Amino acid sequence: MTVLEVRDLAVRFGETQAVQGVGFEVARGEVLGIVGESGSGKSVSVLAVLGLLPPRAVVSGSVRLHGRELLGAQEKELTALRGKSMAMVFQDPLAGLTPVHRVGDQVAEAVRVHQRVSSKAARLRAVELLDLVGIPDPARRARAFPHEFSGGMRQRVMIAMAIANDPDVLICDEPTTALDVTVQAQILDVLRTARRETGAAVVLVTHDIGVVAGIADRVLVMRSGQVVETATVDDLFYRPRSPFTRTLLDAVPRIHDHPARSGYSGRPVLPPQPAPAHPGDARSTPPVPAHSGEARSAPPVQVGWGAVRRGGRAVLEVEGLVKRYGRGGWVVDRVSFDVRAGETLGLVGESGCGKTTLLMEILALGAPQGGRVVVFGRDTAGLSGRERLGLRRDLQVVFQDPMASLDPRMTVHDIVAEPLRAHGLPIDRVGGLLRLVGLEAEHAARYPQDFSGGQRQRIAIARALALEPRLLVLDEPVSALDVSIRAEVVELLLELKARLGLSYLFVAHDLAVVRRIADRVAVMYSGRIVEIGPVEDVFAEPRHPYTRALLAAVPVPDPVRERARSRLLLSGDPPGDHLLRPAGPPSGCRFRTRCPLYPGLPSVLGSRCVSEEPELGAADGAACHHSSGGIG
Amino acid sequence: MTSEEVTGPRGQVGPGAAAGTALARPVAGASVGSVVPSRWRIVFGRFAGSWGGRFGGLLLLGLFLLAFVGPVLVPWSYLDKDFLAFLQEPTGAHWFGTTQTGGDVFALTLRGMQKSLLIGLLVAVVSTAVAAVVGAFAGYYLGWTDWVLGWVTDLLLVLPAFLVIAVLSPALGQGAWLALVVLLAAFMWMVTSKVVRGMTISIREREYVRAAQFMGVPGYKIIFRHVIPNMASLLIVDATVNVSAAILTETSLSYFGFGVQAPDVSLGGLIADGARTAVYAPWTFWFAAGLLVLLILAVNLIGDALRDAFDPTSNRGRR
Repeated sequence: MTVLEVRDLAVRFGETQAVQGVGFEVARGEVLGIVGESGSGKSVSVLAVLGLLPPRAVVSGSVRLHGRELLGAQEKELTALRGKSMAMVFQDPLAGLTPVHRVGDQVAEAVRVHQRVSSKAARLRAVELLDLVGIPDPARRARAFPHEFSGGMRQRVMIAMAIANDPDVLICDEPTTALDVTVQAQILDVLRTARRETGAAVVLVTHDIGVVAGIADRVLVMRSGQVVETATVDDLFYRPRSPFTRTLLDAVPRIHDHPARSGYSGRPVLPPQPAPAHPGDARSTPPVPAHSGEARSAPPVQVGWGAVRRGGRAVLEVEGLVKRYGRGGWVVDRVSFDVRAGETLGLVGESGCGKTTLLMEILALGAPQGGRVVVFGRDTAGLSGRERLGLRRDLQVVFQDPMASLDPRMTVHDIVAEPLRAHGLPIDRVGGLLRLVGLEAEHAARYPQDFSGGQRQRIAIARALALEPRLLVLDEPVSALDVSIRAEVVELLLELKARLGLSYLFVAHDLAVVRRIADRVAVMYSGRIVEIGPVEDVFAEPRHPYTRALLAAVPVPDPVRERARSRLLLSGDPPGDHLLRPAGPPSGCRFRTRCPLYPGLPSVLGSRCVSEEPELGAADGAACHHSSGGIG
Repeated sequence: MTSEEVTGPRGQVGPGAAAGTALARPVAGASVGSVVPSRWRIVFGRFAGSWGGRFGGLLLLGLFLLAFVGPVLVPWSYLDKDFLAFLQEPTGAHWFGTTQTGGDVFALTLRGMQKSLLIGLLVAVVSTAVAAVVGAFAGYYLGWTDWVLGWVTDLLLVLPAFLVIAVLSPALGQGAWLALVVLLAAFMWMVTSKVVRGMTISIREREYVRAAQFMGVPGYKIIFRHVIPNMASLLIVDATVNVSAAILTETSLSYFGFGVQAPDVSLGGLIADGARTAVYAPWTFWFAAGLLVLLILAVNLIGDALRDAFDPTSNRGRR
């Protein structure tokens, strides 16, 4: 039974045609995935369906809910429907909750808006709903305030509010984008529960094509405001008809295939984009076209696959590094690793595991609170100011968000010239640097805001390369970018590494990207490295249960495998995600509170996890007492 | 194109030091289009290209010309008294009329405007600059720098500014208007500096500041290159408001007999005097007041245009 039917939907903002000819229908209990990159019009489409677009948007076409036309309906009528027949879950769960009201009251309010029930009954219903979305101890948590909830918990509350009135259609706009991968898996599970309980038709908007593989029945692929392809999930993944879908699928790096063997191109050759579609793109200056036409056609550079030489000189050695803020718990606790010349070490972990703090400690080139940092054979503790400045030339950094890391008030030229000026070097190199990263030297007079996300990240990379460093620290350099752009930037990094002989310390929470770029990988949990080793070994045979859970939580862009996969769902939240942090990590093994192995261990073995903190093996290995799975 | 062609012109980019020379090469042959104007040229170009910037600049220039060239055009000086014309309407002899004591309003107004232009603009620029520097240094370095600067700021805040200036200004003697500028500026920057300090604390956590730190850019350069330009909107608004505030403060000082001392005059003093006779002799008041309004208008136009010129996200003022 079709619940929601959209025909020939078009949205125009002034001169800009944001969405054109979008049509789909969703039946009861069905999950429709809408996939597209940023600016493809997917969010605009669902907002148009809900009638939530600003007044200047001109919407035409037809949106029918149970055969009733919604476009052009009275605002009063729509308000009655919103939240009752149609509910929405937004990306940012913090923005959706009022910070000054108790969570339970907010859910109860959602119930009472559309149902005539007493406030007491509404509260009871709120607790029921919180229980349904998997919030432990719901009666107590209902009295808590939103800031006491972690990101994943807040998203659960948002889902509870959305399903409070048994909606017929549940629209989720990027519900898991802001969340860690293990929490994403939990939330997707909650969405499955929600669908089962309410029987609602679910529209899931996401840029991550992997997410839809496991949950959606049918998928709509959008690009530049138009529907490129509509197909069942199996057809889409196994028999994609449109070239764009194929490039989108190709651009998704897969963790379980060996990149060299799978022939993962990593360089999506996108057909030319028809027109800027997103209203946000309608600027006076169009985004500068990247030089990517050339960059893309270069064959992928394969670096060090299979043969990881650990013989090179160590460019960075970290030994027992410790960092704590004030009297709080250790954010970084006795972390040791090294990066050899020409090597890429991937550092993986969920938000709040201490990876950014670790990077900042290394980059500060100061005396650490404990342990040692040795950069190019020099202990940072005993550096003079001049020596430190000299060392900075060899050690540069690229940050996650290229909009935040480029001063918006400076031209691209000044941004790239800044490190050169700081070290008294000639600044005539800027044009060459821009070309090195696939931009044009003529772009130097513009401001960062005139560029797209991928181009901005290229500018940040050019700036980092200006001093010809030997070690580049990359703090989630691609996680703020679209999937296809992500692949491009990763390829650029690989190419630069091969050409300039760089070493990378690459921090990411995206395991697939690490799989693609890193030679070795270190997994961090709660301030400690729990597993470290060559990337093939760790991904093929993860020894630490946390690594296994992380790998299991990544959605695979393969519906059959995704459905068949045994789900090793981690309960709870990443330790750093608690805003009201508990006093410290648990005794013994830090991971034991979330460990899927620990509850099943016989008490003899389990007691060791409580009393003794597992340490990493000599060079490579896992910090787990029972790394073989609790058997040995 | 293949990858070979891509790497062609910069294929020499080898590992290590060789990259430097190779990178420099393509730039030498770069086309004229890639000559990059400096940040200040771009800002100035955008400023000059905007309507408000041009009009405000011309207006301010006109006021300056009027104030400093105008007195040459009339036979009267601000010290002269015409004992044949008391409180006379504007005539050919006295373009703006005369005061109760026979002073030429035109000469007086222009003389007052000379003082007010210099005092108003200088005080505004100096106090905003002090606020920006003190606040940014305190917020960027924190620690003892913040402690010392914060202590000075608080001390100046609790001192009764008006009294201090009132007591000091007679001691400065005649013609020491520059000292008055310093005094006025010294008591106007504290509140802004506290706002600046707070903004700096948030800006220093931004990634572009972090990136500059990790490049080895020294702290004071980061403050002037990243921190202060990113507060340009606030600072420009503050400076614009300070122009009128400085003129008004000077006015109230003059009213109480401090500040600019007789026989010298300021715009504020003239307005205060003229206000008493404004009802039956409007020329004693309206010319001075009108010029003050024009001055503030010019400053505001320039301020708005500057703010837009500094802000790359603004499309106004962009050609």
